[in-house]
Amino acid sequence: MYGIGLARGMAVTLKNLVLVNRMFTVHQYPDRKIGPIGLARRSNTNVFAFVLKKPAESIKALVGLISVEDRYPQHPRFRGEEFSWYEQRCTGCASCAKYCPLGIIKIVTERSGEAVQEGEKYGIEVFDIDIGRCMFCGLCVEACPYDALHMGSGFEEGTYERKNLVIDVERLKAAPKRPSNWFRPQHQGKKYDPRGESALDWDKAGRHEKPSLDEQTDRWAKR
Amino acid sequence: MDFLTLYEFIRDRLPESLDLEWLAFGIAASTLAFLVFNVVISATALYTWFERRLLARIQSRLGPNRWGPFGLLQPLADVLKLMVKEDTIPDDADRPLFHLAPIILLVPGLMVFTVIPLGDIPFENGSFLGRLNIGVLFIIGITGINALGVFIAGWASRNKYAMFGAMRAVAMLVSYEVPMALALTGVVIMAGSLALTDIVIGQNVIYLVTQPLGFLVFMTAASAEMSRTPFDMVEAESELGSGFNTEYSGIKFALFFLGEFMAPLAAATVATVLYLGGTRGFDPIPGQVWFVLKAFLVILGLLWVRATWPRLRVDQIMGFAWKGLFPLALFNMFLVAVEVLVFQDPVTGAISSGELWMIAGINWVLTIVAVVVVAQVLGQKRLKRPVPVPSPLANMNAGSE
Repeated sequence: MYGIGLARGMAVTLKNLVLVNRMFTVHQYPDRKIGPIGLARRSNTNVFAFVLKKPAESIKALVGLISVEDRYPQHPRFRGEEFSWYEQRCTGCASCAKYCPLGIIKIVTERSGEAVQEGEKYGIEVFDIDIGRCMFCGLCVEACPYDALHMGSGFEEGTYERKNLVIDVERLKAAPKRPSNWFRPQHQGKKYDPRGESALDWDKAGRHEKPSLDEQTDRWAKR
Repeated sequence: MDFLTLYEFIRDRLPESLDLEWLAFGIAASTLAFLVFNVVISATALYTWFERRLLARIQSRLGPNRWGPFGLLQPLADVLKLMVKEDTIPDDADRPLFHLAPIILLVPGLMVFTVIPLGDIPFENGSFLGRLNIGVLFIIGITGINALGVFIAGWASRNKYAMFGAMRAVAMLVSYEVPMALALTGVVIMAGSLALTDIVIGQNVIYLVTQPLGFLVFMTAASAEMSRTPFDMVEAESELGSGFNTEYSGIKFALFFLGEFMAPLAAATVATVLYLGGTRGFDPIPGQVWFVLKAFLVILGLLWVRATWPRLRVDQIMGFAWKGLFPLALFNMFLVAVEVLVFQDPVTGAISSGELWMIAGINWVLTIVAVVVVAQVLGQKRLKRPVPVPSPLANMNAGSE
C-alpha cells in the first residue's frame, strides 16, 4: 500500500510537536531562557510559593525575559587558551619553544642577577605565544622540566585583530592562574577543577612527581 | 469597513461643485492599500517567527529565541540586518530587470489579499477592497505572475545556478498552474459564480466536505506554487546554491524572503475562502475570528507537511504534476459537473442540503478510490535487490588446493 510511509513520517513529527517531554538535542550557551517553573526549581521552592513571593520576577520569566547561565560541564583536562605560566618556576630554558612544532613560542632571556650561587637564573624579556596559530597540542607543557607552563581551560578569547592573539609576558603574568589538569597528574590527584574552584598559586600547584617503580610496573608492565 | 463605504464617506465630505470624485477615489484607495500592505507585511513578519519556531519544535530544535520574549523580535532583527547589508549587483546583470524581479515576485502575493471577502456573510458592499465578480480568475492570473518574477530574477542575475533554478521553477510553476486551475473549476461549477463572495455564500456545506479531491489537489498544487518543501525545486539548497535568488542580497533578498513567506498566508486565505467557507461559523464568535482560525489550521497543515516530507526530484515533480494531479483534477471537475447536473433543481438552480451531503458521501468514496488507483498506476514497485552472483574471477584458486 502506498502512502503508509508518508503517514508514518507525519506521525513522528506530530509526536515531536505535541509531546511535552520530547527529546531535546540542544544545549544553549552561554545562557538560556528560563520559565517560572524552572526558576522555582532552581531556588528549591514550590512553584506557587515562588509565584506568590516574587510575582514580578515570575511574570518576567513567563514572558521569557529571564535567562540563567548555562554551561556544558567541561572536562578538567580540556586544553584551552590562557596558558597558566608561573614565572617563579620558569628558568628560561626555552624547552617549550624548542618543542613547539609550529615554532610560535618566542623567548628572549637576559642575565637576571638572581640566585647567582645556583648558577644564575635567566630573566625573561620576551615570552610571546601566538595562539592564533597554536593547535593546543600541549607539547610545550609536556616539555617544561619545571612544571612552569600549564595549559589553560578557556575558549572564549575571540578578538577583532590577529595581533591581539599573541600573548606576551605581561598578559601571561596577569592571566588568571587556572591551570588545566592536562599532563599535570598532581592536579588530577587533588581533583582540582579549573573552571570551578579558585586560582592556583605557584606554590599550591605542586610538582609532578615521577611515578615509583611499583607504580610504573603496575601501570605498564602488568597489562 | 470596505472600499465602497470609505469612498462614499470621503466623497460626501468633499465639496460637490469641484467634481472631486477622483480625489475621493484616490484617497480611499491609497488608505486601504496602505492598511492592507502594512497589515499583511506585519502578519508575514510574525509568521516567519511562527514558522521557524514551529519547525524547530517539530525537528527537536529551539528556533530563534534570543531577541525579545520567545524570540518574537527576531523578524525585526532579520529585516534590519538585511537592510544594512550591502546590495550587490553582478557586473553582467541586466540591471532594470534585476531591480524589477523582487517587486514582481512580491506584489502578486499582496494583491491576492485585496479580493478576499472578510465581511459578514451577506457581503452588502462586496469584499474587503472592492466588488470583484471574477475573483477566482483574478487569483489564478495574479499568482501566475509568480513564475515570471522567478524567471526574471534568474535571467537578470547572469549566473548559471540562478538560471538553472529559474528554469526549473518556471517548468514546475507552469505545470502546477494547470491542476490548480482545474481544481478551482470544481468550486466554480458548484457555486455557479466566479465571485469569491458568491462562493462563500454558496457554501451551505463547505466545499472541503463536498469536494475533498479538489481540496487535496488544490493544496498540493498551491504548495508547489509557493515552492515549499516537498516541491521546493526552485531553491533546492543542496543542488543549486540558492536557486534563482543566488545573486541577490540586501533589501532585494529581503523582498524575496518576504514574498516567499507571504505565499503560505495567501494560499491559506484563498483555501479558506474557497474550501472552508470563509467567514462562516457559529453565531457567538464573529466571522472574522472564524476566518483567522480556519486559515491558521490550513497554515498549520502546510507547516506540518513542510517539516516532515523530503524534497522530490526534478523529474518526479514534473511527473507528479502531469501524471498524478492532472488526472485527479480532471476527474474531480468531471465528477462535480455530473453531480451538479444530476442534483440541481432545474428551475431555481439550487442544490438542497440533503443532496449536498449525498454528493459529499459519493465524493469521499470516489476520492479514496481515485487516489489509490493513481498511486497504484504511478507508484514505483518496491525495489528488489538482485541476488548476488559470485564473480568467476573472485576466488580463482579455490578449487586448486
